[in-house]
Amino acid sequence: MADIRNTFVGIKSPNPFWLASAPPTDKAYNVERAFKAGWGGVVWKTLGEEGPPVVNVNGPRYGAIWGADRRLLGFNNIELITDRDLYLNLREIKQVKMNWPDRAVVVSLMVPCEEESWKAILPLVEETGADGIELNLGCPHGMSERGMGSAVGQVPEYIEMLSRWCKQYTRMPVIIKLTPNITDIRHAARAAKRGGADAVSLINTINSITSVNLDTFSPEPTIDGKGSHGGYCGPAVKPIALHMVADIARDPETQGLPISGIGGITTWRDAAEFLALGAGNVQVCTAAMTYGFKVVQEMIEGLKDWMDRKGHATLDDVVGRATPNVTDWRYLNLNYVAKAHIDQDACIKCGRCHIACEDTSHQAITSMVDGVRHFEVMEEECVGCNLCVNVCPVENCITMQPLAAGTLDKRTGEPVSPVYANWTQHPNNPMAKVAAE
Amino acid sequence: MAEGQFKQGVAGGRLAPQQYAENFSDLHPPLDPHEALVEADRCYFCYDAPCMHACPTSIDIPMFIRQIATGNALGSAKTIFDQNILGGMCARVCPTETLCEEACVREAAEGKPVQIGRLQRYATDVAMEQNKQFYDRAEPTGRKIAVVGAGPAGLACAHRLARYGHEVTVLEAKPKSGGLNEYGIAAYKTTDDFAQAEVDYVTAIGGIAIENDKALGRDFSLSELTAKYDAVFLGLGLGGINALRAEGEDAEGVENAVEFIAELRQASDLSSLPIGRRVVVIGGGMTAIDAAVQSKLLGAEEVTICYRRGQEDMNASDFEQDLAAANGVNIRHWLQPKRVVADGGKVTGIELEYTIMKGGKLVGTGETLSLAADQVFKAIGQLFEPAALNGSGASIAMEGGRIIVDTEGRTSMAKVWAGGDCIRGGEDLTVTSVAQGRDAAESIHRTLTSNGRA
Ligand SMILES: Cc1cc2nc3c(=O)[nH]c(=O)nc-3n(C[C@H](O)[C@H](O)[C@H](O)COP(=O)(O)OP(=O)(O)OC[C@H]3O[C@@H](n4cnc5c(N)ncnc54)[C@H](O)[C@@H]3O)c2cc1C
Ligand SMILES: Cc1cc2nc3c(=O)[nH]c(=O)nc-3n(C[C@H](O)[C@H](O)[C@H](O)COP(=O)(O)O)c2cc1C
Ligand code: SF4
Ligand code: SF4
Ligand code: SF4
Repeated sequence: MADIRNTFVGIKSPNPFWLASAPPTDKAYNVERAFKAGWGGVVWKTLGEEGPPVVNVNGPRYGAIWGADRRLLGFNNIELITDRDLYLNLREIKQVKMNWPDRAVVVSLMVPCEEESWKAILPLVEETGADGIELNLGCPHGMSERGMGSAVGQVPEYIEMLSRWCKQYTRMPVIIKLTPNITDIRHAARAAKRGGADAVSLINTINSITSVNLDTFSPEPTIDGKGSHGGYCGPAVKPIALHMVADIARDPETQGLPISGIGGITTWRDAAEFLALGAGNVQVCTAAMTYGFKVVQEMIEGLKDWMDRKGHATLDDVVGRATPNVTDWRYLNLNYVAKAHIDQDACIKCGRCHIACEDTSHQAITSMVDGVRHFEVMEEECVGCNLCVNVCPVENCITMQPLAAGTLDKRTGEPVSPVYANWTQHPNNPMAKVAAE
Repeated sequence: MAEGQFKQGVAGGRLAPQQYAENFSDLHPPLDPHEALVEADRCYFCYDAPCMHACPTSIDIPMFIRQIATGNALGSAKTIFDQNILGGMCARVCPTETLCEEACVREAAEGKPVQIGRLQRYATDVAMEQNKQFYDRAEPTGRKIAVVGAGPAGLACAHRLARYGHEVTVLEAKPKSGGLNEYGIAAYKTTDDFAQAEVDYVTAIGGIAIENDKALGRDFSLSELTAKYDAVFLGLGLGGINALRAEGEDAEGVENAVEFIAELRQASDLSSLPIGRRVVVIGGGMTAIDAAVQSKLLGAEEVTICYRRGQEDMNASDFEQDLAAANGVNIRHWLQPKRVVADGGKVTGIELEYTIMKGGKLVGTGETLSLAADQVFKAIGQLFEPAALNGSGASIAMEGGRIIVDTEGRTSMAKVWAGGDCIRGGEDLTVTSVAQGRDAAESIHRTLTSNGRA
């Protein structure tokens, strides 16, 4: 059986599944239940500075989008950081850590961008025996209007400065939680590294409006007729998060910087994908908020089952395995040719592949052959785009099949070249010509 | 149409040879991977799931379905086997329409429950086809336990005990193991010799020695077992059947439905199995339906179930009644058998009397009805035969003809537990028998280890 014990910036947990800083980790009651259900660690709901806590709205905090059968695909929230007293939280953190010494307890923090504020809170957290801190530089609503959260995370200089202060005033590992509401995540990660942070975690939520109420003309969630943008999360954000994780993992300037992967993780497979792209562990919020803490059992068992099937003994055999395969477009092999192929036994003849290809792509799929409804790829037209694969309702019904070197590509009339050739070498590329001269 | 259809009396070969295989193929064919994914996606992963409460073995249904949905069929099978090591058979034979699927919230939402039974079969098939064993035995405890009867109750008990490291000897009267899984369940519910495959799968854990053709009361007594073993589990099932109490019951052609089904299940060539052209089945439960439907599938022209009370009183579920109707079985109510009509010692018909409820009691109206029949099957309930328990010195407390046990499965006799159909208060289902066998094993284990000797 695969060993999925995890060590992340020196913090040990029995598995790589942590709960992200959010309502599931807001108080001892929830966290105790989470640990009983099997979660490997938590990042405690973000604490603010001493004094009267923030207040939340007293109406809806969430907006959502659903797929077929009302499956929750993503939601957004306008919740702020913890609205409970700092010292109450600290007492509970201490108690929980004592009760669960084998689980990771990391404390998320957000205080004003002043050295004194950080200097004041860090010893208080350290005193709880918590394993580390995570700086919430990502919250995109409410707190950002007060110059915190994503307002800080969007300015690399601030990220670097806060990282430095924290490393200076605490011996605890420092994780910087990044906001995706920027153009290039690498600048944020590089800043964290420059400031001496031990790791980055990402993504926090994405600026969003989930829907508009067409009776009241107000955005959801609506508070007394008005709405504000909220932070988007859940399965829908996973692709964005994966890309950002990969970007940091393969950036020469941040290579080796530990990454805690967050964003839409719902099943063991999602988690494995983050790990493969270079995340050292993962954090989950929406899946727990949708299905309850018990979902982690599926993630744990599924991850082990996959590792066993593939012969991966420990997480080290998995983490970062896909990173080297993420590259720039210009290095993709333009001599690689694939064609769609329809398994006629699996095809239920819905016609979606045909109409997608016919109306919007390359007119490469039949709809009628010899007077009979029949869907088949015409290789002479197929550019191998994969659109039909993605619109087909039957899994593995349409597959992309690579053409072996030497076989005739019926579309171009040329044999497939065995030679790897990318855009940088392509004759149509003006830059390539320059290089050749 | 095969000519055999119209043969008079009781005869084999009523159908064209290839028709038999078709008639007795899987009632609920397995889901293919695509179907399984689509169906698994329908599950809401309910909290404290109602389906789970309705499962007598409390399988974590939302979890096993989620594991199918996420491509972990093996993990899914383990989730099932953790609670029910006969999850494969239960997936095939459970009346899900009155158990888990009746409780499914999607039954309430849209009248279409998640097909839990078929998903359970999907996952367990994957594991069993690979003979994937999930359990290691604990260190040997040196304790020896006798399990009498290799039916669902006995097998579930044996497996759980073996997991705990005990040495289990299963003593089974019949030449084959499996109990009614092997001899009773309708053929179209368990095709391809699944019952034997499952016995092999369960015993592959090790530490379980099955001795066939060993009958309690004939080859050994209960007191011998209690002297020789640290504990005894009785999973004897129901050996006897109720009498029809109709005149002429011993005519040739009047048969016990359970025996007819056992013969059918063991037949190597169904076309050689004789069946009446006209068959009457007396009873209103699962056995009556199974006997009637299988008679029809063997080519009987006319099959009638006669039940002495109303439709709502029938033990057979709506699904089973519909299954019978769909197979062309005629179900008649408010009729009780009065006299078997015979000619030359062979049954030719049955005379029935109409019944009504009067003052809370079922009484005959005096009016009768005669049905022609070449065969009459009695499916009016089975009996526990306590004779096997005799000769053990002290006797085991019984009530209503069955063994009394407490909530843990302990009988009134020290060192003796019981479960399955032979105990009072059981529901006479495969799945409840599994639950009782498993729970008795837990009780036995607690008892044997808490006294500090193991
Ligand atoms: C025709 C029929 C159809 C059924 N269909 C279904 C169905 O579709 N779904 C469902 O859930 N349930 C069904 N049932 C009920 C189900 O089969 C039983 O509830 C279940 O098999 C009981 O399990 P058990 O282990 O208690 O007994 P059994 O399965 O009866 O097993 C008892 C075992 O003990 C052995 N034995 C008995 N006496 C002795 C002795 N003296 N010494 C040694 N061994 C002995 C027997 O040979 C047998 O192998 C059906 C029952 C019948 C009769
Ligand atoms: C209601 C809600 C409140 C959140 N509060 C915080 C917070 O206080 N601090 C923080 O760092 N992230 C917060 N998050 C962001 C999550 O920790 C996480 O980064 C994000 O939801 C993406 O993960 P997911 O797709 O698994 O939900 C919150 C998310 C939600 C849904
Ligand atoms: S989830 Fe609970 S707190 Fe939130 S609106 Fe519903 S009942 Fe109220
Ligand atoms: S989309 Fe898939 S199922 Fe539908 S016609 Fe095309 S190949 Fe067949
Ligand atoms: S009740 Fe139905 S939907 Fe809910 S967990 Fe059970 S099978 Fe799934």
